[in-house]
Amino acid sequence: MMTVGLFIPCYMDQLYPNAAIATLELLEGLSLDVVYPLHQTCCGQPLANSGFSHLTQGCNALFIENFSRFDYVVCPSGSCALHIKEHLSSLNQQEDATALASRVYELVEFLTDVIKIQALDASFPHKVSLHHSCHSLRGLYLAQMSELSSPTFSKPNDLLNMVDGLELVKLERSDECCGFGGTFCVFEEAVSAKMGKDRVDDHVVSGSEYITSSDMSCLMHMEGILKRNHSATKVIHIAEILNSKSAPNIEPKG
Amino acid sequence: MDSKRKILDAIARHKHPPVPLPDLDRLGFISGDQVAAFTATLTAIGGRSFQLGGKMAIAEKVRELWGGRGRVITTLDYLADVGEQVFPGDIIPQRLHDVELAIIEARYAVAENGAVWIPEVLMGHRIVPFICQHLAVVVPIGAILPTMHDAYRLIGSEQYGFACFIAGPSKTADIEQALVLGAHGPRTMTVFILVETT
Amino acid sequence: MDHASLASTFNKDEPRVDWHDESLWWVRQKRDLQARSVADWEVLREVASAIKNNVLANLGTYLQAFESHAIKRGIVVHWAADAGEHNAIIHRILEENRITAMVKSKSMLTEECGLNAYLADRGIHVVDSDLGERILQLADERPSHIVMPAIHKKKEEIGELFHEFLGTPKGESDPQRLTEAARLHLREVFLTRKAALTGVNFAIAETGEFVVCTNEGNADMGAHLSDVHIASMGIEKLIPQREHLGVFLRLLARSGTGQPITTYSSHFSGPRQGQQMHIVIVDNGRSTQLGRADFKASLKCIRCGACMNTCPVYRRSGGYSYRTTVAGPIGSILAPNLDMRDYADLPFASTLCGSCTNVCPVKIDIHEQLYKWRQVLAKEGHVAHSKSLLMKGAAAVLSRPSWYQVSGKLLRWFLRHFPKIASKFTKWSDHRELPEAPKQTFAGWYKQNRVERNG
Repeated sequence: MMTVGLFIPCYMDQLYPNAAIATLELLEGLSLDVVYPLHQTCCGQPLANSGFSHLTQGCNALFIENFSRFDYVVCPSGSCALHIKEHLSSLNQQEDATALASRVYELVEFLTDVIKIQALDASFPHKVSLHHSCHSLRGLYLAQMSELSSPTFSKPNDLLNMVDGLELVKLERSDECCGFGGTFCVFEEAVSAKMGKDRVDDHVVSGSEYITSSDMSCLMHMEGILKRNHSATKVIHIAEILNSKSAPNIEPKG
Repeated sequence: MDSKRKILDAIARHKHPPVPLPDLDRLGFISGDQVAAFTATLTAIGGRSFQLGGKMAIAEKVRELWGGRGRVITTLDYLADVGEQVFPGDIIPQRLHDVELAIIEARYAVAENGAVWIPEVLMGHRIVPFICQHLAVVVPIGAILPTMHDAYRLIGSEQYGFACFIAGPSKTADIEQALVLGAHGPRTMTVFILVETT
Repeated sequence: MDHASLASTFNKDEPRVDWHDESLWWVRQKRDLQARSVADWEVLREVASAIKNNVLANLGTYLQAFESHAIKRGIVVHWAADAGEHNAIIHRILEENRITAMVKSKSMLTEECGLNAYLADRGIHVVDSDLGERILQLADERPSHIVMPAIHKKKEEIGELFHEFLGTPKGESDPQRLTEAARLHLREVFLTRKAALTGVNFAIAETGEFVVCTNEGNADMGAHLSDVHIASMGIEKLIPQREHLGVFLRLLARSGTGQPITTYSSHFSGPRQGQQMHIVIVDNGRSTQLGRADFKASLKCIRCGACMNTCPVYRRSGGYSYRTTVAGPIGSILAPNLDMRDYADLPFASTLCGSCTNVCPVKIDIHEQLYKWRQVLAKEGHVAHSKSLLMKGAAAVLSRPSWYQVSGKLLRWFLRHFPKIASKFTKWSDHRELPEAPKQTFAGWYKQNRVERNG
């Protein structure tokens, strides 16, 4: 059986366990041998994006120690998955690190590209709008990017379209950044909050009940704005939708 | 050490691996009705065109559009009846400040962007296509090319002191992105697509 | 003031931020339409990028070829190592011709060099003829965008300026009528100036000619009516052959303003009879950037402005928040080259969303260079000490699972019990609620429901 190491980003472990549980259950439902190594922490991206990639050796070593033994590593965050893919390094075992990085997948791409999933037993009778995280989109190419002249496709939409009752609504600006940006969200608070507000407005105006994404960090940022404005629109990680087994009264966190 | 030496030395200090130039042959060569495409693009950028059969028809059209409307100059002998014919060498550029209409010839036109290629030799003087209030350009129908690549293939190593691609009337959008035609150059641009009948 | 503070000030007027954002987004949309109208758009970008890479690898050779061809065509070529020398050369040319008034079309290089102020100090009157730049000259401001210099100004503000300086009726703010007033005013300038300065969009090594692109026709009105034409160019403006213009002229305006081509693409290949034509080739730090392997690709830039139009940060912080001649994403990778200390904040003024890289017609890896500049700046000590300490602390915690677990527990406990106090500790909460902290982490749940259950 294919072994899968589950990599849960630090902030999801601490603040959004339900999204992580949904990811685990979703993968377990695919008859995979899924293991969550208990000694994992963080991909190191907050350090590296702040200019301190030289301080990420500890994170890298932990990642390699925790995940080297798996056929695949799956992570329900495009941003963290991209960071590992692009920057996982090791002082004395770079070849192993590079090989491991190539086995790391964000959840959506794992489902569409590796498992090649054709159907889902899920139901989510709501209006949903998709927020593309920039790293999932422009880093991992989960969908066609609005800037490029290339054929249309969308891996997350393909999955969401397999969910019973789910209605995808369209946005004015299909893939503009929400302004989270890691430490950008506090060091550039004014612009970050304004970007978030504009993004959230687009979703709300579209009639969306739930904003979903393959990145919980963008959702955390947008959730903060929605709640401050007492909006009825909620955020939900894509794993929670895909894992919403025909249960009639699912009440996701958010 | 003079600055030229200094700059070139600074550049030479950095060694770069060789990078080959790409092949441009795979670009361009669009098929389809290039005359229609050119007309559509020119219209979209604020210009207009008329397809006319023969030089006399052009003179007729000029009379119809601009008859008696101020100073008209042209480099084209067959339009000597409708405007004042100008010759290179005779022109003092400032004296053209009151030209209402200038009619000159372009060598090529480009369908993808509505531009026409005019080397200095066809301008009379470099200032002519810019200083006039209205510009009209004659292009033989066979000189309408699909893309810029096709244009540069034909321009080749042509010698000129000055040449210009002109696409539509002079324009600006510097005030709140509002498009205004007639910034500093011509307020309108008309292209006469010449279909030789003989 | 750093980018964050200036951006914060800009955001105090939210309707204006919305207006600024929408003006630029409109241009971005026009760009998308144009890009999609060209079947081989992505190939074209690839080709343009390859040509520019070839230029950077052969810059010295191309510059010398360009110079020798230009000289043969009767153009006088000058070399300026820095801004000061550039300004002095231009002043000398004017002095030698006893000229005290000059008309100038848009040239970001002369902005970079501070030419107008330099000449004004020496009694030379310069009039900017690009409408946007003329507006800013009257307002005594700098361009906030390299292609649309006055994009930050409202038509009513421009109307006020024109009323004061050009005598338009009070309260007149119609763009058509204001443009007409500027046309009349500048026509007089063009007809009476003996010297004209233009920028350079492309210089062709093979022929010694240079190309200037405008929509207004102001570069041509200036140059062809002048006795002395001076063109200022950075060393990176070179392209190898004339036919390469086909590639760049297809990309430039489509990317920048969403037009199929600028109205005028003027090819200057030598002076008119009786005219002088000068070219000033300027380095001003570019050869230093050429030596930075990670950042030299920034010199491929053709100054289309597409990265600014698409940048969600630029659109909501305004050009002035960057404090540089070239603002936005490209400016943020160019500026630290000139002064790392002064511009250390700029590579951080980005979410690294990558949209800039996708619209760049010459495929500069802009957001990746922003990331790399951050590493350089942190290593060279240009990041605030407090941030540096915070990162060291975070690294220590994240490197040790037990420290991470304990810190997480404390953090969640604090968030759960004292959310109001927690929100006072972070700027996060100025416009956002903090996330609710759950009792149990995923790791805790996993231990309970998978590890212990399975033994």
